[in-house]
Amino acid sequence: MSAEAADSPFTDPVQQREAARIGMWAFLGTEVMFFGALFLTYFYDRHLYPDGWVAASKHTDLLLGSLNTGLLLVSSLTMALAVEAAKARRPDAAAKRLLATMGMGAVFLVFKGLEYAEHIRDGLWPGESFHFEPASLSRPGELFYYLYFTMTGLHALHMLAGVVWLSALVIASRRGAARGFDTHVEVAGLYWHFIDVVWIFLFPMFYLVRGH
Amino acid sequence: MEKTENYLNDEVTVSSWLLTTDHKRIALLYLMSVTFFFLVGAFAALLMRLELLVPNGGLVQAETYNKLFTMHGVTMVFFFLIPSIPAVLGNFLIPMMVGAKDMAFPRLNLASWYVFMAGGLFGLASMILGGVDTGWTFYAPYSSVYSNTHVITMAVGIIIAGFSSIMTGLNFIVTIHRLRAPGLTWMRLPLFVWSLYATSIIFILGTPVLAMALVLIALERVFGFGVFDPALGGDPLLFQHLFWFYSHPAVYIMILPSMGVVSEIVPCFARKRIFGYAFVAASSLAIALIGFLVWGHHMFVSGQSLYAGMAFSLLSYMVAIPSAVKVFNWTATLHKGRIYLRTPMLYALGFIGLFTIGGLTGLVLAAMGLDAHVHDTYFIIAHFHYIMVGGALMGYLGGMHFWWPKITGKLYPEFWGRISAGLVFLGFNLTFFPQFLLGYLGMPRRYYHYPPEFQTLNVLSTAGASILGVGYLVPLLYLLWSLKWGADAGPNPWRATGLEWTTSSPPPKENYRVTPEVDEEPYAYDAETEAAL
Repeated sequence: MSAEAADSPFTDPVQQREAARIGMWAFLGTEVMFFGALFLTYFYDRHLYPDGWVAASKHTDLLLGSLNTGLLLVSSLTMALAVEAAKARRPDAAAKRLLATMGMGAVFLVFKGLEYAEHIRDGLWPGESFHFEPASLSRPGELFYYLYFTMTGLHALHMLAGVVWLSALVIASRRGAARGFDTHVEVAGLYWHFIDVVWIFLFPMFYLVRGH
Repeated sequence: MEKTENYLNDEVTVSSWLLTTDHKRIALLYLMSVTFFFLVGAFAALLMRLELLVPNGGLVQAETYNKLFTMHGVTMVFFFLIPSIPAVLGNFLIPMMVGAKDMAFPRLNLASWYVFMAGGLFGLASMILGGVDTGWTFYAPYSSVYSNTHVITMAVGIIIAGFSSIMTGLNFIVTIHRLRAPGLTWMRLPLFVWSLYATSIIFILGTPVLAMALVLIALERVFGFGVFDPALGGDPLLFQHLFWFYSHPAVYIMILPSMGVVSEIVPCFARKRIFGYAFVAASSLAIALIGFLVWGHHMFVSGQSLYAGMAFSLLSYMVAIPSAVKVFNWTATLHKGRIYLRTPMLYALGFIGLFTIGGLTGLVLAAMGLDAHVHDTYFIIAHFHYIMVGGALMGYLGGMHFWWPKITGKLYPEFWGRISAGLVFLGFNLTFFPQFLLGYLGMPRRYYHYPPEFQTLNVLSTAGASILGVGYLVPLLYLLWSLKWGADAGPNPWRATGLEWTTSSPPPKENYRVTPEVDEEPYAYDAETEAAL
């Protein structure tokens, strides 16, 4: 990021770090509202069709879902450790922890893909070929899976972006603790934790409502 | 004539404009873009007003008329009013007013313009391919299932343009938080900065909800399953909730920046400190905050629960309080001031009057019983045009005149400026006041024919629109004229306070050759210094 030096609006690195931090928080505010519209839709429809929601939730893969939740929780830990390492000017340690984080993110995405394949095989993709037992709850079931694919799909896209971002940081770490590296890792960390938090809401909403 | 180096003549190649990260040049790129979209939207309005000149007009067909009012609404709201003051004047002034060299994220700023243009091209493509007939509100399930027009292309355009608003809002927030010059505390910020800070909050928290609502519309159209069509188990009311959750606050996106402009102009041309600075600043935030909680007043007759309606009605009344605080404070600032009726001041005074009418009729609409009577009539059209045109657009024009000497270094002809302000005020009232009456008498909006007894008022409205059109063309001409033949403005033609007036006009590329320091409150005007022109 040396190109910034000439035209930089900042007077000192501290100011720049603070700006990056506030910028990321503001961006996450946008993201909350972006997902928020879908959350509202979800609760609106769940309120309309409580029975359909319970029935549809029983078709989700609780095992893979739980494994994925575990993976993301641990990845948040390694991400936090990576931020610590970057702040302590230990780029190699930071890189290892970033690799672990993105590795878990990648496995999450593979598991998610397996789940999608399973659901599509079982006819749970909404539309003409949607197939659902009991048939009396087919309409709400279709809405449930429409929201399931939309919301977990949007979440997966964010995960993918996160994995790409972290891999860029791993490459950047080879240049050592260059100016701004710790800020980049910290800001990426905020983003990563955010995606984890979204999942922590999605998991009970889709996998655990089966009992209620 | 000796030319000093400034942001305009620093580099002159095309790429130095298209790849610039200078907030001032980006502001000018936006200025050209939004002016273009304004002309597109105005053209649609012109055709509509001509069609409505006679009760059974044959200028356009019913379907074309539907496409025209959609084109007018979409273009004016999403591609003109929302970016107008923030992306043009805000972009130019925020870094200058806080005493910074540039925005916090200059490249993001440039990217926002490209994103805006991409969104604009989708919007234009949709219009050229044949248009959209849903109205700018895209109500489902008409938009998601039945309409045979280019809804998806238009929705994509609006979503993309929305991302550019988010980028701009994010940049403003970070810039205002982190790039203030030494000594420039929050309570010393110009009120324009406060109002754009409040606007930015709406940008980043409201826009994504609209984007998602339109994504859901597009998915429903493409795949044939979705959450809005009742035949699929969905609920159209959900769309209205999502849409108005953004689109009501969007009204404050349009009006708050104009309020900021007025708060700058009034003290300058009354040669007086603004009355109740802290209240004016805080009322901007209050409007942004309460503005998020009133969307249901668009849905009183849509079948939402009576109790929800009552809550939304009450909250809508509450948003009038901070709005009134501003009007009272501007008026109190005028009291015993030494008032100079220069062009920007004429626009600002016009704003105060018209915004008051628009705001008070808003209270009529916030009352559930009255709203049931005038819902979807010309009363609504008149009300929101008093806010968006009489308010937002007057503020934009006032601001353009006020800062034109700073932006270009040139003075415009004051005589023609006053003529234009007069024409706009007159034409505006003649266009839209009859529409209050039409609506109250029961003429519904969005129809291309109407019963003959409404003709007189419609003729008045069309006549007013012609005057208004001339009122907009005149400034376009003399402002362009002034670029070549205008007199040099000097750094501070109005003898205004504020950091941006301490540097040369046009400003140098880095805004200030020495980082400014601030040691006093804003608006330290005294009646002894004249507001010269």
